[in-house]
Amino acid sequence: MRLTGKGIIDRARPVGFRFDGRDYTGFQGDTLASALLASGVRLFGRSFKYHRPRGVMTAGSEEPSALVTVGQGASQVPNVRATVQEIHAGLDARSQNRWPSLSFDVMEVNDFFAPFLGAGFYYKTFMWPRSFWEGLYEPAIRRAAGLGALSGKSNEDSYEKAWAFCDLLVIGAGPAGLMAALTAGRAGARVILADEDSLPGGRLNAEAEEVGGQSGAAWAAEAVAELQSLPNVRLMTRMTVTGAYDGGTFGALERVGLHRAAPSAHLPRECFWRIVAGRAILASGAQERPIAFPMNDRPGVMMAGAVRAYLNRWGVAAGQKVALFAANDEAYRTARDLAAAGVTVAAVIDPRPAEEITAPKGDWTLYAGAQVTGTRGRLALSEITVRTAIGADERIAVDCLAMSGGWNPTLHLACHINGRPTWRDDIAAFVPRPGMVPGMEVAGAANGAFSTASALSEGAAAAGRALQAMGRPVPVIDLPPADGGATRQSAFWQVTPVGGGAKDRAWLDFANDVTAKDVRQATQEGYRSVEHMKRYTTQGMAPDQGKNSNVVALAALADATARTIAETGITTFRPPYTPISIAALGAGGQGKGFAPERFIPSHDAATERGAPMIEAGLWYRPSYFPRPGEATWRQSCDREVKAVRNRVGVCDVTTLGKIDIKGPDAGRLLDLLYTNKFSSLAPGRVRYGLMLREDGLVMDDGTTACIAPDHYLMTTTTAAAGQVMRHLDFVQQAFASDWKVRAVSVTEQWAQFAIAGPLARELLNTLLDEPVTDAAFPFLSCGPVSVGGVPARLFRISFSGELGYEIAVPSRYGAALYRDLVARAESLGGSAYGLEALNVLRVEKGFITHAEIHGRTTAFDIGMQGMVSPSKDCIGKAASQRPGLTGPEREQLVGLKPLAPERAIGAGAHLFGPGAEPVSANDQGYVTSVCWSPTLSTWIGLAFLQNGRARHGQTVRLVDHMRGTDILCEVTHPVFFDPEGGRARA
Amino acid sequence: MRIPCPHCGPRDRREFTYYGSDDYLRRPAPDAPFAEWDDHLHLRDNPAGPTRDLWYHELGCGAWVEVHRNTATHEILGARAVADRKADGEGARA
Amino acid sequence: MRYSGFQVLKQGLFGNKGWRPAWREPEPKAEYDTIIIGGGGHGLATAYYLAEKHGIRDVAVLEKGYLGGGNVGRNTTIVRANYFLPGNSEFYSHSLKLWERMERDLNYNVMHSQRGHIILFHSDGQRDAAVRRGNAIVNRGDDAEILSRDQLKRMLPYLDYEQTRFPIYGGLIQRRAGTARHDAVAWGYARAADQRGVDLVQNCEVTGIDIVNGRVTGVQTTRGPIRAKRVGIVVAGRSSQVAAMAGLRLPIESHVLQAFVTEGLKPVIDHVVSFGMGHFYISQSDKGGLVFGGDLDFYASYAARGNLPMLEHVMEAGMTLMPMIGKAKILRGWGGIMDMTPDGSPIIDKTPVEGLYLDGGWCYGGFKATPASGDCMAHLMATGEPHPVARRFRLDRFREGQLMDEEGTGSQHNLH
Repeated sequence: MRLTGKGIIDRARPVGFRFDGRDYTGFQGDTLASALLASGVRLFGRSFKYHRPRGVMTAGSEEPSALVTVGQGASQVPNVRATVQEIHAGLDARSQNRWPSLSFDVMEVNDFFAPFLGAGFYYKTFMWPRSFWEGLYEPAIRRAAGLGALSGKSNEDSYEKAWAFCDLLVIGAGPAGLMAALTAGRAGARVILADEDSLPGGRLNAEAEEVGGQSGAAWAAEAVAELQSLPNVRLMTRMTVTGAYDGGTFGALERVGLHRAAPSAHLPRECFWRIVAGRAILASGAQERPIAFPMNDRPGVMMAGAVRAYLNRWGVAAGQKVALFAANDEAYRTARDLAAAGVTVAAVIDPRPAEEITAPKGDWTLYAGAQVTGTRGRLALSEITVRTAIGADERIAVDCLAMSGGWNPTLHLACHINGRPTWRDDIAAFVPRPGMVPGMEVAGAANGAFSTASALSEGAAAAGRALQAMGRPVPVIDLPPADGGATRQSAFWQVTPVGGGAKDRAWLDFANDVTAKDVRQATQEGYRSVEHMKRYTTQGMAPDQGKNSNVVALAALADATARTIAETGITTFRPPYTPISIAALGAGGQGKGFAPERFIPSHDAATERGAPMIEAGLWYRPSYFPRPGEATWRQSCDREVKAVRNRVGVCDVTTLGKIDIKGPDAGRLLDLLYTNKFSSLAPGRVRYGLMLREDGLVMDDGTTACIAPDHYLMTTTTAAAGQVMRHLDFVQQAFASDWKVRAVSVTEQWAQFAIAGPLARELLNTLLDEPVTDAAFPFLSCGPVSVGGVPARLFRISFSGELGYEIAVPSRYGAALYRDLVARAESLGGSAYGLEALNVLRVEKGFITHAEIHGRTTAFDIGMQGMVSPSKDCIGKAASQRPGLTGPEREQLVGLKPLAPERAIGAGAHLFGPGAEPVSANDQGYVTSVCWSPTLSTWIGLAFLQNGRARHGQTVRLVDHMRGTDILCEVTHPVFFDPEGGRARA
Repeated sequence: MRIPCPHCGPRDRREFTYYGSDDYLRRPAPDAPFAEWDDHLHLRDNPAGPTRDLWYHELGCGAWVEVHRNTATHEILGARAVADRKADGEGARA
Repeated sequence: MRYSGFQVLKQGLFGNKGWRPAWREPEPKAEYDTIIIGGGGHGLATAYYLAEKHGIRDVAVLEKGYLGGGNVGRNTTIVRANYFLPGNSEFYSHSLKLWERMERDLNYNVMHSQRGHIILFHSDGQRDAAVRRGNAIVNRGDDAEILSRDQLKRMLPYLDYEQTRFPIYGGLIQRRAGTARHDAVAWGYARAADQRGVDLVQNCEVTGIDIVNGRVTGVQTTRGPIRAKRVGIVVAGRSSQVAAMAGLRLPIESHVLQAFVTEGLKPVIDHVVSFGMGHFYISQSDKGGLVFGGDLDFYASYAARGNLPMLEHVMEAGMTLMPMIGKAKILRGWGGIMDMTPDGSPIIDKTPVEGLYLDGGWCYGGFKATPASGDCMAHLMATGEPHPVARRFRLDRFREGQLMDEEGTGSQHNLH
């Protein structure tokens, strides 16, 4: 019910919205919870396990019960806290975890079976018959569990991530946080003040107390106005700091568009911030804890502080006849504020004896030494039962019960990097210990200082210490006068259990339906450690992560195991403080954003020719270049292979890693990196090199050119370019830091194209400013050339086995040169060729790629043991001599040809003796690369086979269960075509 | 987590690539018994506390950095460029 | 007390007051035949198999904290047998068979759910690697199938088949793979071991290992010295620390691996799905939370917590692969400490100290290995000989070059 004259909502701006298909109206500044409560709605949802009716319990993000689904279609968001969601025009919210309707949910039947569904029941049953688990039991459990539902549709909304840096991050804009930000802001520090709420002020907006002679809310508004006037202060509302990480890094979620009726196109719904802060002040306040009493979960049973918040901030009476159940004077403010607003306070029930109660009396019946022992009301609270000091039971008709078991400092962030809080008996609560997060101070209620005055002073003092640590002068701050409040807080956890029946269930964890009885049963069964209790009962594992239940559950556990709470200990606080949508944490990843896309210089030319571009690491490379009349990729590929073997082909090989190495010791460094020798390489010459990891297995291969005595250009495979650069830098900096040599990656700086085929030189000489000859530029030469006046580099190398060159030009000329090369090739009857043809050409030649050097192969395995120079050390040489890495039992590289040439073989097939069963014990190897060879008119493959080099000419059985292949193959030398290599030297 | 690069100052962890403990800096002689190579490549003190390990500022200056760090708390105790070790009087042989 | 549906009904009718403790809380004796250091999944399973298969019941499991408090209680609960290299292949195959009878063996419902595990592949090369793996699995006698892109579209309609950065070519499914309730595995083995006479001693930290003339004689603990003829170190995550008490230096580096869970949601993901390009794997728990894992944070750590870069990377992978999960909210993340070895495969072996055995180096394969690890470690400790399916898990294999490197990333510990 909305009260006139109360609250800081904008009554001039009514806002219409929908809940469960009905239209409601609230005001600007309302949350879904406050607006629905104002409209008399009390039933918000259904509980997780027993599907019991649930209402609103809190007024913040810790809400365990009032979870709803917001939005339709792809925008549907489940498990939204009604207490956080601001209303806006068009807001469409629905209750969840109920069928067919919120008021009639057939799954409520679970509540009748509650005696059989206690803690851990599922570990003890559903075991027979075994096949029923996946078929029957588990699907039923899965359907009943869960809360809201995802739409199943791909996200269509915009989310962002951002970085921010500051000298001081202040977390929470209540009295402590505002005071801290004012202090540091006035001193000129770069401050970020982050607050979860839409309206800064914290409890100042929820209480009737005065600060500095005006209402707390008015003081907060003044402070905010000053902060907003300071250019060095950034106030960020709707911003929940979710995690504290190492090195002063914090995660935070900003709700940018969730409260807007019509989000503008350039704004995301949410933004996930990474904040790097020199210092931090945690001023996150405190959260009220419930009392465990029988049937304390009905809609209408609320936190006392939440009842005050709805009254003072939103002008909403949570009930028309309200009772208060609390054991601290501080909670009497709820009765006082309600009564002052004209709401009937039916009773105040306080378990303390009358003489301990110092709170002012009011216009209500005080039941001292009494407890609430029961409630009634099917869909909402209608009555409570009070056991009075003399043991009589009295029933009182109420529609709202405000309860307070005291307050817990909101210390989560202080505990995120392994710190454990300490228990304080005087306030019966855990508080942070100093220094739990390096550079973080905790101030105000978060630190156990619950009064407004102490929050203001602690906030200012914490900021002063932070300023000192930064070496800044600390300004003198006048603290506004404010409520001193109580410094002590006494504990009242649970009503003494009356019986063990379903009507005596006292909820601890409202979100996961864990009762005090479950905790007792867990301890009875031996799950006595706090972690066992949590995991066995699931207490604290629901969406509120135990914010409401943790300490009261610990109290129940301590009680059941005859320990103190301090001895019982507490479970670990882990980020995030409140749940974060995956779309926000993963912003930017959707679609192509997950990884950078690298495009080759010929990308446009290739796509214009209809070439399918496929992923090669982060690069896109053309697969093949279809021509009219070609129906399959194989037709195109075969044609391209023939073009290279018979005429000339052009291929963009820019993706190969290129590392420029300079200095008098360059050759010496290469000798250390490669198994074979490079310091003897003459300028103008190129050599193939094999590189090992230090553990002796093959890392990569490629050619390195000697451009000048102190200048080399190394090429790596596409896949290993980054790894090789990292490795080279390591070897140079760790082992050769005093050598005169430096290296830098130039992969992006040069566009490079292969020109391969018998007519390669002919093509080249139509292009180059000065023609080349075989004699002056033999196989494995390199040198500078000029193309239309552009300085270029030419390498006579071949990955196809044909007469071949690679020409490199500065990247900006790449696109033009490629088009020119392809046109010249076509005029000679040649073609562009793609990855498929490139692969066929290299398999025919037995050249390896990372399909063969996959990280488990040695130089011995690939038949290159002869390339490991005996006359010098190299990285990996020592480890490659381990006994397990050589010998006939190793699988060695061979070629394979099916006995029937037309029978297709596939990579990944395994090899067996001709008569052997295809089982692991007989496994002798596997196929790494295959192709149809248009040159040889047969399928061919490369494979690793045990003792393979000694088995050329033998027959093996190739079995591929995945593709349904089982055929005999001949073992061959891995070089199928032109074994003498004469064509490349032509 | 922020790693103090000796050249670039403190930078976010995601700019760096991790290798492993500084055992990798103590490369045995080529003909050393394999037990020494086993120590170099595989065996680790693996302390739960202060350690020195190797980070590559891959998205930065390309420096290999030896970071003095606590594995139990993630506290950073110091850092220096691997390439400066010789200047610091610590031999590294190839 | 035997667990059954009948027992649940009976106890429920009588106020659930009759449940007995799942295990005793014994004071440690002065001497045992065998001590297992570590009351995690593997240690408890070792104790169970020692008692059940080898009749060795004079056993104590010493746990510094609470039972099941290590990685068995902080993982992504995946159970599969899709390794392809000899050594791993037969071991995980054996493990899967033990999973399939675990409920009956333990009389504890560990909710082992064979809902199928799918590795997606995103290129021809990855398909070939998946085929090689699938063939190795079938050769071993287990199940594997290649799924085409069209089959995947029917089975996993929520993947992004059009816009995702690395297009989905197909998948390799193992239908017998799935998940299990992780805590229940620890508790089930604990209860079954306790029932067979094993003493489970919690809050008992081992502070020293007593060795006389090269032979283990017992351990020092926070609850006093305890003598034993045989001691097994089964403390993956902390292996280096405990082994150092015996003067051993292990081929292990400890790393943090994070995992994450969302708020409860109605069923939406029915399988375990693994993204070949993004180190991302996901399943949905029976309570409705989406459970994710990613890759290591990559730096050596004992902090049992991670940092934002990997968390964000995992979520970015999720968004490119299955953008329908965007509105799910991450509720909690946690970190486990992984024993990373130089080839990514574990160690179950004798140590140079007579009577001292090591089970560790599980990298992040430990949960699915729990039953076979316990079985093989028990076999080794009881007979002195390696179990036939674990004979390659030798401590000296790195020195000897007998590697089982499934990832092919070499001797760098954090790359497995």
